[in-house]
Amino acid sequence: MSLAASTTAAETGAIASNGARKALQRHRIAETFTAWSLAGPALVFLVTLFFLPVFAVFAIALTDWQFGASTLSFVGFSNFKEVFADEGFRASFVNTILYVVIVVPGTIILGLAIALLIESGKSMRTFYRAIHFLPFMATLTAMAIAWEALLHPTIGLINQTLVTLGIPTANWLRDEDTVLSVLAAIGIWQNLGYAMVLFLAGLKSIPQDLYDAADIDGADMWLDRLRTVTLPMLGPVTMFVFIVVALRAFETFDTVQVLTQGGPGHSSEMLLYTLYRESFQYLRTGYGSSVAVVFLIIVVALTLIQARVMDKKVHYQ
Amino acid sequence: MAGILIDKVAKSFGATSVLREVSLAIADGEFLTLLGPSGCGKSTLLRILAGLDVQTSGSLSIGDRVVDGVRPKSRDVAMVFQSYALYPHMTVAANMALPLRMRRLSSLQRLPMAGKFLPGTKAVTERIDEDVRRTAEALGIGHLLDRKPGQLSGGQRQRVAVGRAMVRQPAVFLMDEPLSNLDAKLRVQMRAEIKELHKRLGVTFVYVTHDQSEAMTMSDRVAVMLDGELLQVAPPQEIYADPTDRRVAEFIGSPKISILDGIVEETGIAMTAGTVFSIPKGIELGSQIGIGIRPEAFVLAEKHGPNTLTGSIKLVEHMGSDLFVHLDVLGSGAPIIARLLAERAQHIGEGQTLHLGVRPDRLLLFAADGMRIRPSSPTPDITANANVLPLKERVL
Amino acid sequence: MSTSEPRGLTVPAAITRHTVLLITGALILIPFVWMVSLSIKPPGEIFRASFSFWPQQFYGIENYTRALTEAPLPQYMLNGIIVCGSIVILQVIVCAPAAYALAKLDFPGKNLLFAMVLIALILPHEVLSLPLFILGYQIGILNTYGALIFPYIVSPFGIFLFRQFFKTIPDDVVHAARLDGLSELGIVWKIMVPMALPAIIAFGIFSVVGHWNSLFWPLIAVRDQNLMPPPLGIMAFKNEEAGNDYGPLMAASTIVVAPLIIAFLSAQKWFVEGLTGGAVK
Repeated sequence: MSLAASTTAAETGAIASNGARKALQRHRIAETFTAWSLAGPALVFLVTLFFLPVFAVFAIALTDWQFGASTLSFVGFSNFKEVFADEGFRASFVNTILYVVIVVPGTIILGLAIALLIESGKSMRTFYRAIHFLPFMATLTAMAIAWEALLHPTIGLINQTLVTLGIPTANWLRDEDTVLSVLAAIGIWQNLGYAMVLFLAGLKSIPQDLYDAADIDGADMWLDRLRTVTLPMLGPVTMFVFIVVALRAFETFDTVQVLTQGGPGHSSEMLLYTLYRESFQYLRTGYGSSVAVVFLIIVVALTLIQARVMDKKVHYQ
Repeated sequence: MAGILIDKVAKSFGATSVLREVSLAIADGEFLTLLGPSGCGKSTLLRILAGLDVQTSGSLSIGDRVVDGVRPKSRDVAMVFQSYALYPHMTVAANMALPLRMRRLSSLQRLPMAGKFLPGTKAVTERIDEDVRRTAEALGIGHLLDRKPGQLSGGQRQRVAVGRAMVRQPAVFLMDEPLSNLDAKLRVQMRAEIKELHKRLGVTFVYVTHDQSEAMTMSDRVAVMLDGELLQVAPPQEIYADPTDRRVAEFIGSPKISILDGIVEETGIAMTAGTVFSIPKGIELGSQIGIGIRPEAFVLAEKHGPNTLTGSIKLVEHMGSDLFVHLDVLGSGAPIIARLLAERAQHIGEGQTLHLGVRPDRLLLFAADGMRIRPSSPTPDITANANVLPLKERVL
Repeated sequence: MSTSEPRGLTVPAAITRHTVLLITGALILIPFVWMVSLSIKPPGEIFRASFSFWPQQFYGIENYTRALTEAPLPQYMLNGIIVCGSIVILQVIVCAPAAYALAKLDFPGKNLLFAMVLIALILPHEVLSLPLFILGYQIGILNTYGALIFPYIVSPFGIFLFRQFFKTIPDDVVHAARLDGLSELGIVWKIMVPMALPAIIAFGIFSVVGHWNSLFWPLIAVRDQNLMPPPLGIMAFKNEEAGNDYGPLMAASTIVVAPLIIAFLSAQKWFVEGLTGGAVK
């Protein structure tokens, strides 16, 4: 009797736990189903709008496929060979690097200097921040047109000013020697507000205690405070600004398209413009895709460096 | 070696007054604690001492020198911050060396790269390294010199912060809540270490805290601050036993002192919360007074009577050797808290009625304006007096 | 504790600060000022070298009228609003549920999905333009609003940002909502999105500013003037009609730039947050 009873109890227990397991399983399946149906649209679009296109770019770069053709064959790296043999691409590549090398330090130094100046006092902070940030969000295509007017060889404000001051003028956008620097100057003009805002946030996060400690330790002059506290504490932000501005500089397109079309000659041609022109004006799909791959590699490499740097930020907490 | 003289120092931020004409003399080699709740102005006073903030009015001397307008660097003070304020990008050694480098090396010698090659730099740097190492050894952090602050525990960071202050042998140590970021156990340990350090160095310490146990255990004298005012400056025991101000009595002591509002009914007698207390003569009849009783001043009484409070037990907290009894007494406002020896109060339980007696000489009396009333003549004990019968009738 | 007061600058230092910042600020503003100045000058004055901001003869009405009538500028602006509005709405609709699944649900493949979001986040969009162009061609939507919108239906940055924000909302809120009988989709729209509104607004600004200003993809996707968003439209205006006729061109530029500038000046904090907040986090 008692034996029978205990058996029944054990069985009931087994059934109960079995039921619980089933319920749990059902719950899991339901959650999985819910999750995938919530994420489903995003997943479908991520695949069709990001992942398939990336594979397609590589595929096109490695084949002889032409836009509209129904056949294609694998041609290995011959598209890349063609690209790197092309003087136009090499100029574009070198120009882009040069442009980045001017824009990044220029933006960082000016952005940091302005941020330091703004933060050093209390009055009119918002006003100064707004003014310096304005170019970053203004439509660059329209502003490029304004820049063109400023840079106009005869009626532009810049040459007018130079004439008045007795300094030799130039046809800034039509001169091979000046055009890239001018584009870089516009690039700095556009991005320095962005760097400034990031530096301002970085400055705000430096604890006042550190400046107090520096005061007591004797690092109380402007330069000593800058060297002991401010600049080291801005290290991670600076690295971040460096990468982000570099990425933006690599992706410069609007000013080239509106102001120079890569000219004169190839002297202001940059990667993204080359990519656009070859792919969509000349319809050289293989060539265009190879440029896209090169561009992709540079950008991804920069981003990965950024990710590493941001990880290292930890010991600065 | 330097004492500190604070003369009518006031500080206001716009219309808000943070310090109201504080005056205080701190002896050379003294350990003085500024104690008060947050916002009382104690940190501001410390920062003014350090030169990090500038007073609105008043004057400060360190040693025999007036230091108003003197930069923090030149005041011969060192400071330990609540957050430690270690430079996160520098090693422990570099953190500790900084105050020495800033003082012993010229700005040219401190130049990165080039400075190293200037004449004299090497010798000075070596001496600095030696000083840093010695200080670090003394604090038991010699093995941490190459680490960065981010790799240290809270206690280790605390020691580095103390080391950075110590290394240049200042005349005055300023400490701004240096223990409040540590866990309870470590705090007790560091308390002893700082006290020990003070004994060893023999220089003036000014220590800011809101924690009365830190103030009571470490200081030669405690300065209690409230709302920008210095209420009392005295040795810890005196602050507790002989407060000059009602607010001091209320701030110091845990559990808190019970203060009953009473009226002087007759010469030597005050009435409150359903009972009468013997008070010194000479207090104006009819005046409002506060009758303060420390928790440990209560003893169990058999029955209700003069100098005895009666109420129902609201809460009993067992603390091991003692227990804290919270007693609801009619007319007392907040519950009365008494500290009783556990062995004598075993029968006590919540909801019961309890009688608690107080010896009149243990009462702390405060005038309506909060100032302490001190007995000018010994207090007659009305419990022992035969002709208080009418009064007994008034006891509810 | 004590309100620490940053040491005030000495008078000469304060004067230097303002002087330098006013000068750099003025330099930064020159293109804007010059643009507005030319937009109100008659052709004769534009071609006569002059430093004055204000014209001798106010020609603003003529220039702005020409900008608004000779080019379909109102149509460009409307296109910009339609495209940016559609993009931002679609992005929130697609991204918020996915971000909720990533932040609050547990399911097989979650890490893979998140990895995909992160990878997509690094891909520069321009690289994908050729395949997207082909895709648009295949489904026959090139040269429509759809062409301008479809590449941006999903924003990896949006998913990432929303996920970060949703993660800060306590699980108990989700549990309570489930007990109250809300469906999972209901939780997304009635609980998570309203609670994460600051992030949604910041992302919205980021998205709208980016797409309003974007030239690259519209240049590829549409040829029809009636579909052009403002940057492309103004470029077309410059190339085809205005040429060196600076007055109307500058008027058109001013009209294109103005909405964002005005919005920025009236909600500076939100714009700074939206355009850099994601970067800082």
